[in-house]
Amino acid sequence: MTRWRWPLGAPPGAPVARPSRLALPDLAGEVLAGVLQRPGRSLLTTLGTLIGIATFVAVLGLTATASNQISSRFSALAATEVMVEEATGRDPWVEPDPFPADADARVARLNGVVGGGVYWAVPLQDHLVRAAPVGADAAGQQLRVVAASPGLFSAVKPTLASGRTFDTFHDSRGEPVAVLGPAVAERLGITTLDTQPAIFVDDVPFSVIGVLDDVQRQPDLLLSIIVPRRAAALALGARPSADERPKMLVATRPGAASQVAGEAALALRPDDPEALKVIAPPDPRSLRDQVSGDLGTLFLLLAGICLAIGAVGIANTTLVAVMERIPEIGLRRAVGAGRRHVATQFVAESAVLGALGGMFGMAIGVVVVVLVALGKQWTPVIEPLTVAAAPFIGLLTGLLAGAYPALRASRIEPVAALRR
Amino acid sequence: MTPVIRFGGVALTYPGPPPVPALKPCDLQVAAGEHVVVVGPSGSGKSTLLNVAGLLDRPTEGVYELDGIDTGSLADRDRTALRGQRIGFVFQSFHLLPYRSAEENVQLALLYNHTPRPGRRALVWEALDRVGLAHRLHALPGTMSGGEQQRVAIARALVTRPSLLLCDEPSGNLDSATTESLLALIDELHADGLTVVVITHDPWVAARAQRTVTIEDGFLSEATADEAAAR
Repeated sequence: MTRWRWPLGAPPGAPVARPSRLALPDLAGEVLAGVLQRPGRSLLTTLGTLIGIATFVAVLGLTATASNQISSRFSALAATEVMVEEATGRDPWVEPDPFPADADARVARLNGVVGGGVYWAVPLQDHLVRAAPVGADAAGQQLRVVAASPGLFSAVKPTLASGRTFDTFHDSRGEPVAVLGPAVAERLGITTLDTQPAIFVDDVPFSVIGVLDDVQRQPDLLLSIIVPRRAAALALGARPSADERPKMLVATRPGAASQVAGEAALALRPDDPEALKVIAPPDPRSLRDQVSGDLGTLFLLLAGICLAIGAVGIANTTLVAVMERIPEIGLRRAVGAGRRHVATQFVAESAVLGALGGMFGMAIGVVVVVLVALGKQWTPVIEPLTVAAAPFIGLLTGLLAGAYPALRASRIEPVAALRR
Repeated sequence: MTPVIRFGGVALTYPGPPPVPALKPCDLQVAAGEHVVVVGPSGSGKSTLLNVAGLLDRPTEGVYELDGIDTGSLADRDRTALRGQRIGFVFQSFHLLPYRSAEENVQLALLYNHTPRPGRRALVWEALDRVGLAHRLHALPGTMSGGEQQRVAIARALVTRPSLLLCDEPSGNLDSATTESLLALIDELHADGLTVVVITHDPWVAARAQRTVTIEDGFLSEATADEAAAR
């Protein structure tokens, strides 16, 4: 055993050499020990920030992912769709159909057009459609009949359950053929085209040449019987009604909608372009930005609230930790720690817990975004800045939350602390 | 020779309201290498005396010189530094950090006083060896007996090579056999030249002192040899 001989250390009467200090590696060691030696408490303290940051990253990631999705949907469909209608204030009795007979060919010549066709609901006399003129179905059913130019099929991009759609040959000759929506085919009991079935519209026979399975646009066609425009006029003697005016649906390539919208009326009616009204899709970029902006602000607010709750959690737990560690604070002060050393240690512990919460919360947030995107078959989108900033936001939260408890800790008098 | 402790009319009154005179004006000198015991009943002002002597509290009156340094003129941060460098504390309830090993508990006293990191382990080992616990370097306080914990606390007080060892009821939480062994250690340290001031109301502890000071209702007085023997 070593025996010491006093006096040791500073000689009597020597002035106070240097004020106390806590070197950075020592501070790091104490902070690390403080965090790791009470894992349960550290975990609970971190949980607030962890949840806050996870929510923060998840909502920002999901907003970005959803916005991206909205943008692609708009780009894929809505942004490539132009609708041409009769201008308001026109007299339907003077001009029953404002679209020329070769409307499809006219718009098809425009640059950027994929296809387009005119359509209108046929006003039936007795409003009845039969699958057979005699027998069980002779009573007929009320079904929607749409007269369309063949270009409509290029615009709505149908998939067929069986058969085919009609073309310009059928239209120009006024062939009495019909394409049925799947629901209509089922109601009329038409399950196959092998028997070359016919339907009777106002007692006029139409050969069924195709049954739709699905369409990308104008889903009401799935509940309709589609016949050529000229056939509707010749066989049924129908003209567009004053109530439901003809329209033309034009599908364009991405980015071409605005230009096509600007040219369509003149191409269709060079004699009287004012007769038509063209409805262009909204600009997808501005729409996307607006949607992203609205969602972003909302979710950012939500994330901020979560983070604030996390910060209050840290502040509370740190304050409780300070109260619990009062004897330790007293001891540290007794062995030479200054007020600032105590404050620095507590605030650093809180900051480390905040940063850890930020890192793990960021990881959880990313996983949530990826899982949601996977589930929805979306492309997960997370701004790199969100991921990079998360630990720092956690650190800042920890710093702010730890400031008050640290101040309280530094104000504790060693005498009072050691009495406990 | 410069005394380690010199009180000149030192008094401490807690402001209240109402004001409580915990320590009445008193004079006291403790020379280097002395072993002084302060005895007195509960509430007599023993702990106040220890707090003033340990620079944990400022006297409201008088002059207190520690190692010849007038502590009244020092700023808080200099008093803190002086306390960390020249005074070792031993408390009744040990005040060890429960999640830190014996080595880390002792090393705590070296964190704030500029001791270079590379030399710390040797100093800690030496201090633990001095109290007979070099083999318990990595033990946690929870796995140690009361006597061992108090020895770790003494090692922590000694590791900074202080001029003064202040013990507040060091045997308060120990059985008689452990108290005896602890007092033997304090006697040894005193024999090595360390100045020791012990506050106690345990007559067994008081009987080991070279000099006894009594305190009653805040008044400090030297006990005569007969009074000390009577206690």
